[in-house]
Amino acid sequence: MTAKDTSPILSLRQIRKSYGSLEVLHGVDLDVRAGEVVALLGENGAGKSTLSNIISGTVQPSSGDMTWQRAPYAPASPRAAMDAGVGMIHQELKLLPQLSIAENVFVGRYLTKGGRIDRQAMEERAHSGLQRLGLDISPRRLVDGLSTANQQLIEIAKALTLNAKLLILDEPTAALGGEETQLLFRQIERLKSEGVGIIYISHRLEEIRQITNRIVVMRDGAKVQEFDRGDVPVRTIVEAMVGRSLERMFPAIPTPQDQVTLEVRGLSSAFGSFRDINFAVKKGEVFGIAGLVGAGRTELVRAIAGADPISAGEILLHGKTVTPRSPIDAIRNGIVLVPEDRKLQGVVLDHSIAENIAYPNLKEIAQGGWITSQRLNTFADDYIGKFGVKGQGHQNAGELSGGNQQKVVLAKWLARKPQVVVLDEPTRGIDVGARSSIYELIMELASQGVTVIVVSSDLEEVLGVSNRIMVMAQGKQAGVLDRKDANDVSIMELATI
Amino acid sequence: MLALSKEREGGAGGRLLSTLKGATGPLIGLILLCLFLSFATDKFMSVRNLLNIFDQVSVLGIMAVGMTLVILIGGIDLAVGSVLALTMMVMGYLANVAGLPLGLGIVLSLVVAALTGAVSGVLITSFRVPAFIATLAMMSVARGLANMITDGQQIVGFPGWFSALAYYRIGGVLTTTVAVMLVVFAIGWAYLRYSAGGRSLYAIGGNPEVARLAGINVSLYTIGVYVVSGLLAGVGGIVLAMRLDSVQPTAGVSYELDTIAAVVIGGTSLTGGKGGIFGTIIGVLIIGVLRNGLNLLGVSPFTQAVVIGVVIALAVAAEAFKQGK
Repeated sequence: MTAKDTSPILSLRQIRKSYGSLEVLHGVDLDVRAGEVVALLGENGAGKSTLSNIISGTVQPSSGDMTWQRAPYAPASPRAAMDAGVGMIHQELKLLPQLSIAENVFVGRYLTKGGRIDRQAMEERAHSGLQRLGLDISPRRLVDGLSTANQQLIEIAKALTLNAKLLILDEPTAALGGEETQLLFRQIERLKSEGVGIIYISHRLEEIRQITNRIVVMRDGAKVQEFDRGDVPVRTIVEAMVGRSLERMFPAIPTPQDQVTLEVRGLSSAFGSFRDINFAVKKGEVFGIAGLVGAGRTELVRAIAGADPISAGEILLHGKTVTPRSPIDAIRNGIVLVPEDRKLQGVVLDHSIAENIAYPNLKEIAQGGWITSQRLNTFADDYIGKFGVKGQGHQNAGELSGGNQQKVVLAKWLARKPQVVVLDEPTRGIDVGARSSIYELIMELASQGVTVIVVSSDLEEVLGVSNRIMVMAQGKQAGVLDRKDANDVSIMELATI
Repeated sequence: MLALSKEREGGAGGRLLSTLKGATGPLIGLILLCLFLSFATDKFMSVRNLLNIFDQVSVLGIMAVGMTLVILIGGIDLAVGSVLALTMMVMGYLANVAGLPLGLGIVLSLVVAALTGAVSGVLITSFRVPAFIATLAMMSVARGLANMITDGQQIVGFPGWFSALAYYRIGGVLTTTVAVMLVVFAIGWAYLRYSAGGRSLYAIGGNPEVARLAGINVSLYTIGVYVVSGLLAGVGGIVLAMRLDSVQPTAGVSYELDTIAAVVIGGTSLTGGKGGIFGTIIGVLIIGVLRNGLNLLGVSPFTQAVVIGVVIALAVAAEAFKQGK
């Protein structure tokens, strides 16, 4: 496109990586040119992370060659890669909240003058990095309190200040809303025109076409397909990713029953993140909640599940007030939450799958207060089988893929036969193939008469699974759309009020 | 190690292994230590000496069970040494100054010990004071109170049966104080391993937010755990009073550090969520055997402190190395 020089700045040839006897990358070739965005796509476990970790010096390849700006390249550490001009921006932001933006940009390599830290020089250079991204924030500001999108941009500014010529962005929009995503994309365009090469990893296939020049699809540790353009139909990409043709992403939605299960009246947050929310959900209905990041959706569903305090309003179940004061209250009434952040709120990563499934069910597993390992494992194995969790009971939850971790979270709750299941971003960070099994689970719950609430930033998802969709904007309920009236335009209109 | 832990399913061997899970390293260390000492000195491997070791570790063992629970939920209890002294002084005062029957004095002093734990627990849960600070404050308060009771003086002159509990060996084997330690071990072990409450403690230590969202009453368990830790520090105090046949407000200084050391040597993770009583028992025995053996070898107390410090560092480093692999 804008690239004057068509020879690649980064070339990978026959890169292999083995852990013990297990080979996870089988001879991958990859080229990145200056000023282009290469989308690196694939399901979790396809080898994208390993590959990007090799490029950014976190992991060393077992064999193969890399060329960076026409010279052999074998970074021994992330620092070495950084010094060479390769920056990686991780999905989990690695900023220090109590330090200023300038300090974050230069952390570990503070500029000094005569042995003292040269704050002025750091602030000036950080500021120019921020300006390159169109961000007008004081570099003296603490990172704490900045929006996720801005934190993301600061990570990028950090890499730019260190003269990065290649950026690896790992799921940069995972935590961003629509508008913030567009802001990020504008900055990426700007970087492209400056000749920065970008490797872009994402699960959001719709948005990728907006910015990418080329698409590389990986599966099972190998490159399976390469497209020399960005506007490839999503279905074609997905089929390449999963290696089979997909009939339909979303299963059919069952018709809800007439009686109302859950009613929310005048609910307001004690923290002010949402106010005066009213809605009623029927038995067997899937109720979607859409909106931009920061609209108060997560806070609302956390309050419904008793995890966050409220200042006013009530929650009714079958017409009876049950307003929970704690998760214990909500669970007792059959309202359970599958939280947004699986790793921090959903599972204990370094405990076994069986223990994770057991935690909300300890009283049920115990006979007369006593639990044996055998009883616990039998209980868990039952649900591991039922939900098709790919793993054994004694494995740590942290060893599982995102999709399987989510199944563990679902399993631990569904063992309690809940009446209301609240799912917050149920497929965030989960690969496409595993998503459909989560959707099927949701539909199965609904057809069994469970009331399901789904919060999602993924418009296609919320449209695909919901009977009705409530749109929230700035802590208020902007409207409730019926399935037949809802589309991405009508939702975004309400969300951006 | 790796091959062993893989065959965890079924069978008596499997069950034994899963009991040892995470404590095999310390156990091997303990066995090696005993082997070394039995060759290095002829006095070590005698029934009499081994029974002595049990007597010597009884206070530490009892307190370490409470500390295990605290550390399992990701907390720390620095107050146990002071609470031990406070319990001793309250008991001594009630029995020998206020003139209550000694048995009643023991019960009331244990109530005081449990109360100190409750105060720490409430500070941590309701007032969100970090455990380190809350129990540091309690350490200071309890030590001060212990001194205030007699203005720093010791109390002596308990009935004969009281100290007999620490030296009379029932059937020629166990003293009552050692029996108390074994009962505390058994209850702690069974609770952690086989009860819903015990399993909940692991969940809380693993990730308190996951535990809270799973419907576990994190605050209540946290307070409960500090109450138990305080109570067991109190029991430790009573046992120490029996062993010394006196009570003094300076007793138990730096016992909290010995207790933490025993728990950590036994493989319980300071970040919470991993470990157990079995490891702690081994940790207690390692410290006990080490002290006893070094004494038999004529090593000075100053050198002993160095050796024990090195053992703590080695034990934890070995554990971290194993995990990192």
